[in-house]
Amino acid sequence: MPAPIRLRELIRTIRTARTQAEEREMIQKECAAIRSSFREEDNTYRCRNVAKLLYMHMLGYPAHFGQLECLKLIASQKFTDKRIGYLGAMLLLDERQDVHLLMTNCIKNDLNHSTQYVQGLALCTLGCMGSSEMCRDLAGEVEKLLKTSNSYLRKKAALCAVHVIRKVPELMEMFLPATKNLLSEKNHGVLHTSVVLLTEMCERSPDMLSHFRKLVPQLVRILKNLIMSGYSPEHDVSGISDPFLQVRILRLLRILGKGDDDSSEAMNDILAQVATNTETSKNVGNAILYETVLTIMDIKSESGLRVLAINILGRFLLNNDKNIRYVALTSLLKTVQTDHNAVQRHRSTIVDCLKDLDVSIKRRAMELSFALVNGNNIRGMMKELLYFLDSCDPDFKADCASGIFLAAEKYAPSKRWHIDTIMRVLTTAGSYVRDDSVPNLIQLITNSVEMHAYTVQRLYKALLDDISQQPLVQVASWCIGEYGDLLVSGQCEEEEPIQVSEDEVLDVLEGLLVSNLSTPVTRGYSLTAIMKLSTRFSSLNRIKKVVSIYGSSIDVELQQRAVEYNALFKKYDHMRPALLERMPIMEKTATNGPSETVQTNGETDSTILDTKHLPSISQPASQANDLLDLLGGNDVVPIIQTTVPTKPASAGGELLDLLGDLSLTVIPPMTAYNKNGLIIEFTFERSNPNPNIAVITIHATNSTEADMTEFVFQAAVPKVCSFPSCSTVIRKHIFISLIFLKEQLEAIKHRHFKIRVPVYFRQGLLKSYIMHKIFFFSGYCWHLI
Amino acid sequence: MIKAILIFNNHGKPRLIRFYQYFAEDMQQQIIRETFHLVSKRDDNVCNFLEGGSLIGGSDYKLIYRHYATLYFVFCVDSSESELGILDLIQNMLLFTTVCNFVMQVFVETLDKCFENVCELDLIFHMDKVHYILQEVVMGGMVLETNMNEIVAQVELQNRMEKSEGGLSAAPARAVSAVKNMNLPEIPRNINIGDINIKVPSLSPF
Repeated sequence: MPAPIRLRELIRTIRTARTQAEEREMIQKECAAIRSSFREEDNTYRCRNVAKLLYMHMLGYPAHFGQLECLKLIASQKFTDKRIGYLGAMLLLDERQDVHLLMTNCIKNDLNHSTQYVQGLALCTLGCMGSSEMCRDLAGEVEKLLKTSNSYLRKKAALCAVHVIRKVPELMEMFLPATKNLLSEKNHGVLHTSVVLLTEMCERSPDMLSHFRKLVPQLVRILKNLIMSGYSPEHDVSGISDPFLQVRILRLLRILGKGDDDSSEAMNDILAQVATNTETSKNVGNAILYETVLTIMDIKSESGLRVLAINILGRFLLNNDKNIRYVALTSLLKTVQTDHNAVQRHRSTIVDCLKDLDVSIKRRAMELSFALVNGNNIRGMMKELLYFLDSCDPDFKADCASGIFLAAEKYAPSKRWHIDTIMRVLTTAGSYVRDDSVPNLIQLITNSVEMHAYTVQRLYKALLDDISQQPLVQVASWCIGEYGDLLVSGQCEEEEPIQVSEDEVLDVLEGLLVSNLSTPVTRGYSLTAIMKLSTRFSSLNRIKKVVSIYGSSIDVELQQRAVEYNALFKKYDHMRPALLERMPIMEKTATNGPSETVQTNGETDSTILDTKHLPSISQPASQANDLLDLLGGNDVVPIIQTTVPTKPASAGGELLDLLGDLSLTVIPPMTAYNKNGLIIEFTFERSNPNPNIAVITIHATNSTEADMTEFVFQAAVPKVCSFPSCSTVIRKHIFISLIFLKEQLEAIKHRHFKIRVPVYFRQGLLKSYIMHKIFFFSGYCWHLI
Repeated sequence: MIKAILIFNNHGKPRLIRFYQYFAEDMQQQIIRETFHLVSKRDDNVCNFLEGGSLIGGSDYKLIYRHYATLYFVFCVDSSESELGILDLIQNMLLFTTVCNFVMQVFVETLDKCFENVCELDLIFHMDKVHYILQEVVMGGMVLETNMNEIVAQVELQNRMEKSEGGLSAAPARAVSAVKNMNLPEIPRNINIGDINIKVPSLSPF
């Protein structure tokens, strides 16, 4: 049989192929030749054949029939054979094939070979594809080589040990003694791989971590030498001495110093040195600086060092490379809470990043900007943020608008400024504003009493321009409904009052009702607004007409409202002025019952629930009706209380029916709700120290495995009781106590008293919302409706 | 961890393929194709790393690549430093790109030294040698050595060992190179041998 052709020949031949089919044919021919050569057990040409096989494998052709041949090559005495054999094993074999176990013995012998390059080959192969069984068998040999003084072998043994530990974590202890003087090596290759090994061990075992803490001084020394030593051509990269070793050491220091005072203190100096001495013109320098910053942030560093780190990040923000800018913004975001003042110093740079071209950078910059807003910089920041809102992508607008509202609420320097800011947001990004902002804004406006005229005027003018942005339209129509009289009478002090007649106002509102741009919610708002104007304007007939027309609207919500308003005109006209009176100031505190406040949809007490999580659950303008009609007994017409906060408790008595007798002690506990793992029970007792106080305890239990989050327990309860705040997460139990005073209860004995429980909670991905459970309490009778 | 190192040319033909994690053969070829597809679309001026393709695990993987004349060198890196902790990719990003860029540079420069002005053909015809060089730089997906001189020295020594073993396969090559290296003096074309007066000394018969 002629000698098999050389690899070079084969490659040359294959390259002449003009089509895929031709190539395949050539390869198949050669494969056949190789197979027969293998069958002849020819030692001389085996390595040549395997080399060809590997080439064909790279091109994508099957080469599995060469696996055993690789093993034979490994077993050969010649270095050439071993070299290609091990390469073949690494490329063709893997631990899924049983064949690979046959290598174990060969590798074991080769690990003890007299030639270091053979030992190196064996280590390399074991470290690349050694299975757990192989690692278990050969770990001892690797450990021996870890202690050798031959740096070529030592560095390979270190990486091989990392592989062994990853495959068989239990063997980690075995390598412990060998690590003793790994760091005293001079050779950078060994140092580098040793640090990798130590890092791997520390990450896997807290015991190892505490054991290796004593290496901190040594690591610091090595790092110091790297920085302080002069130019060393061997390790120099862009003027920095072995940056990769520096980075590895910094990482290990980070792991060792985390949460440990002594270690952190030992590294303070060197970190400061690295931070100040490193060249930043090249990327390598930046990589080192960034690792230093991360280390400083993770360990217990002194404040001066932290400021240094943040300044480095601030400098990164000015770098041309957008990856560096992005990385800096992300890190700043993580530290802004803890090192607020230091980050504030870079505020202007961060704000400039809002104008960056890259979308991810803009988003980070926006988040960071919101975190940096405070009472001192609110005006300037808001200007930038509003400008950003104007020009940013639609994806951002909702978040940006919400953020602006929050910031404005917290830090508004004046009411006028606040209203102006809101106006600006509504007019520029009005359609992106979240639904739950509308009631928030309404409440805000209501509470800024002196700004009512100004607000309604501005909103009216905005409506004239554009009625497409629903949140704006909703807020505007609500305001016009409330303060239309101020609008028409031209009372505005803040700016030039406009001249507008009642008819014009009604035109606008009616326009909203018929416009195709208005959503049903918006229509509801404007109908109610028109109705409210009946007590503020004189053109009653027109309003009556509108209301009666909508009595036959297809939209059920509108129809219901119109019918009820009609009824108000016809049968209860005497109540109309009281009903439609100006809204009182809305409080956001937990302790007031609804007799004093109108609970806006779902966003009641900020102490009870997290407003962000709760979705809008009912119509804004009529939510007052929702909550109150249950308190109004069996009347159809919703009674809006007209109390002002200072009114005495008896006002509550008009609306509310309270417990009759205080013989609560006989009432047994009752389960009000038991579904989806949530159990709500009521227990009734008299408070022990003071028998004049009755306590109804509501006990919510989570009987499932998972936590229930966003639990909201809302109750419309009489003013006489105080309603404490309630946690939003139920792990197992929540207790809410309602307290009643005897005196107030005795005043109204025989009527009913209701507690409405809209309960909302989320469990994992399953949302559950229970609504309108109304509990009637009257005398001794406790009914669930 | 480096999951794979790929070198292919401008047309996507593989020149060196090394995976440090097990992938079935057809998967390997698909990864090569997909990587080439992703990388060849990129402008040379854009930053030289991008999200991995869907095959290699999606966004947890990053491809860091460099374009040298007709060849693409691609390192496929994953976000975890160790297999335990999934460290933040953002944090590692800066480091990875720097390290991989540098290692690629070392690798290429080493190739240059070993092959003397390396070009694509060298990689084509000496695939095994390229593997051996790579083995001295990256082992098991981790960076082993970054000192170029060290790497070159070790590779040379091993090559010398191989040569010294020689054997049948190397003999013809050695003969050829021996002849090539022979220092033959100029052979004069015209040999003018004049009359030769040869004096033979008389030898005593023994």
